[in-house]
Amino acid sequence: MESLFKKISSLSATTILLILTSIFVVLFIYAKPAMAEYGIKFLTDPRWGVEVKVDSVNTQNNQNQTPVVTETVNDNDNIAVDDEDVAVDDENDFGDENDFGDDDDEIVVSDEGNIDENSNVKTIYGGLVPIVGTILSTIIAMFFAVPIAMGIAIFLSEIAPEFIAKPVGIAIELLAAIPSIIYGMWGLFYFGPIVSKVFGGGSVSLLVAGLVLAIMIVPFMASLTRDSMNTTPAVLKESAYAMGATKFEVIKDVVFPYAKKGIIGSMILALGRALGETMAVAFVIGGVFTFPEKITDPTVSIPVVLANSFAESQGLSLSALFYLALILFVISFFVISFAKFYFLRDKK
Amino acid sequence: MRLIINKTVLILSTLAAVLGIVFLFWILLTLTIKGISAINLHIFTADLVDNGLRNLIVGQFTLALIAVVIGVPIGMVAGIYLQEYSFGNKYAEFIRNLSDVMMSAPSIVIGTFVYAIIVNPVGHVNGWAGAIALAIMMIPIVVRTTDDMLGLVPTELREAGVAIGAPKYKVIFNIIIKAAKVGIMTGILLAFARIVGETAPLLFTSGNSEYFTMDLNSEFPSLTVAIYNLATMPDEKLVNLAWAGAFLLTLFVLIINLIGRFVTKEKKR
Repeated sequence: MESLFKKISSLSATTILLILTSIFVVLFIYAKPAMAEYGIKFLTDPRWGVEVKVDSVNTQNNQNQTPVVTETVNDNDNIAVDDEDVAVDDENDFGDENDFGDDDDEIVVSDEGNIDENSNVKTIYGGLVPIVGTILSTIIAMFFAVPIAMGIAIFLSEIAPEFIAKPVGIAIELLAAIPSIIYGMWGLFYFGPIVSKVFGGGSVSLLVAGLVLAIMIVPFMASLTRDSMNTTPAVLKESAYAMGATKFEVIKDVVFPYAKKGIIGSMILALGRALGETMAVAFVIGGVFTFPEKITDPTVSIPVVLANSFAESQGLSLSALFYLALILFVISFFVISFAKFYFLRDKK
Repeated sequence: MRLIINKTVLILSTLAAVLGIVFLFWILLTLTIKGISAINLHIFTADLVDNGLRNLIVGQFTLALIAVVIGVPIGMVAGIYLQEYSFGNKYAEFIRNLSDVMMSAPSIVIGTFVYAIIVNPVGHVNGWAGAIALAIMMIPIVVRTTDDMLGLVPTELREAGVAIGAPKYKVIFNIIIKAAKVGIMTGILLAFARIVGETAPLLFTSGNSEYFTMDLNSEFPSLTVAIYNLATMPDEKLVNLAWAGAFLLTLFVLIINLIGRFVTKEKKR
């Protein structure tokens, strides 16, 4: 009985390892067709669901060979479609129903591509647009979130008196618990229109997505940062004050160096969260496969592509989506493990 | 000069705090106003097909509860292993870190994983897939809580148990778990609150249904997925329904979090 339980318990612990590896393996297997088809070029190809003409001999013999591509006509078609999408976005002030409409358009295009595959036309899927969209929206989010979260953390741990710091701290922690879909919805209906009035552009855009992400990760980052700033021993701070240091000098020269690892770690964890966030972004980024020329243009990010196109996809486009999911998984896995192992290791 | 810099920084960070709090309360305020104005008795008694939320609320809770039933035993036993059986070896440390990493893995990727292993072979979205996706999200949270809470139990209690000749699993279940009961329950409660608000893992695993159903083999109603779909509809009435759902969901999550906070505080005293 004793040894049985011991076995069971060690087995359950191994389940975690199993789940993680099988996520990787399964995603890899499903992404394989797309990998074989596009290889590493997938990462740098901005076309998604674009039909291109290929040399007929190549398609019939094998798909791995790099096709001879003559893409001019169809590429123009796609740009036309995208322009139309943007036009719809601009027309509609609330930007509500058009997300789905856009994606349906894209799918129709890609499905046709799959059917036509034998008749000299092939559909190209490239991941560059969502990858760039993910990175840009995360950078914008971090740009706004870091200073504000630091400010809140400094306020809570060093400035505010106990009777303010406590309820505000609790409020911040509670807000970190709010489901992300709420942030997205609020961003779409209230925040997006305001941003578009101030900065121009539609109410769904890269900028709105980045800002909503920032608002979402601020409570998370602030409460983690505050916790690690609070670990600074009072003796250290008091001796600095005794030397005549101002509050800012104490924070800069005593608290920050002491809590540095924890603070950077919490930033990276928040970054990982922003990278993989789906729902807060899905409402406000637009879901359009174009590069944002301005910061107020709509674009798309990896989680949003997955959320919007996954259920309707099949064949090669599904495989391409798995490829994207794998990329996202690997990136966030490394980001988070980096934060955990390097910066937050000593915290137990 | 030093004093001026000091003042500026203090004012700036106070402003940042005020700004952050203003934004966060703005969200809650709009949510409450929109939500309360959309709530009436009808949405609790009708299903989505009749502009109600009943089937969605029941469905969301069912999915989350099944996730608890699957996830909690695995997570707890794994947590027990990490704290009681590993004796701090390298493997346990590795699993502990891995579990932390898994806790922050993007939820949509877990959705794609479950799609690949369940929905694709079965051929259609179903409730089980959604529940399993939520369970996968839940396991690392439960592992972490159990691990932390068991770590707080004093070694003397274990030694006392072993000294009277009880086998280790009995010591664990009758003494250690009992001592850490409140903490673990709170952790599970908070984990429940977290997964009940998840949308991304459900989007293409359990899907959504307009009708009341308890059949986990078919597409299953989910409040969060419905909110996502309804909020992007052109119909004002449906959008208001989404607000009502969002308000109820947030209220529930916040109340559970407050309860959890209250319980841990009571215990510390």
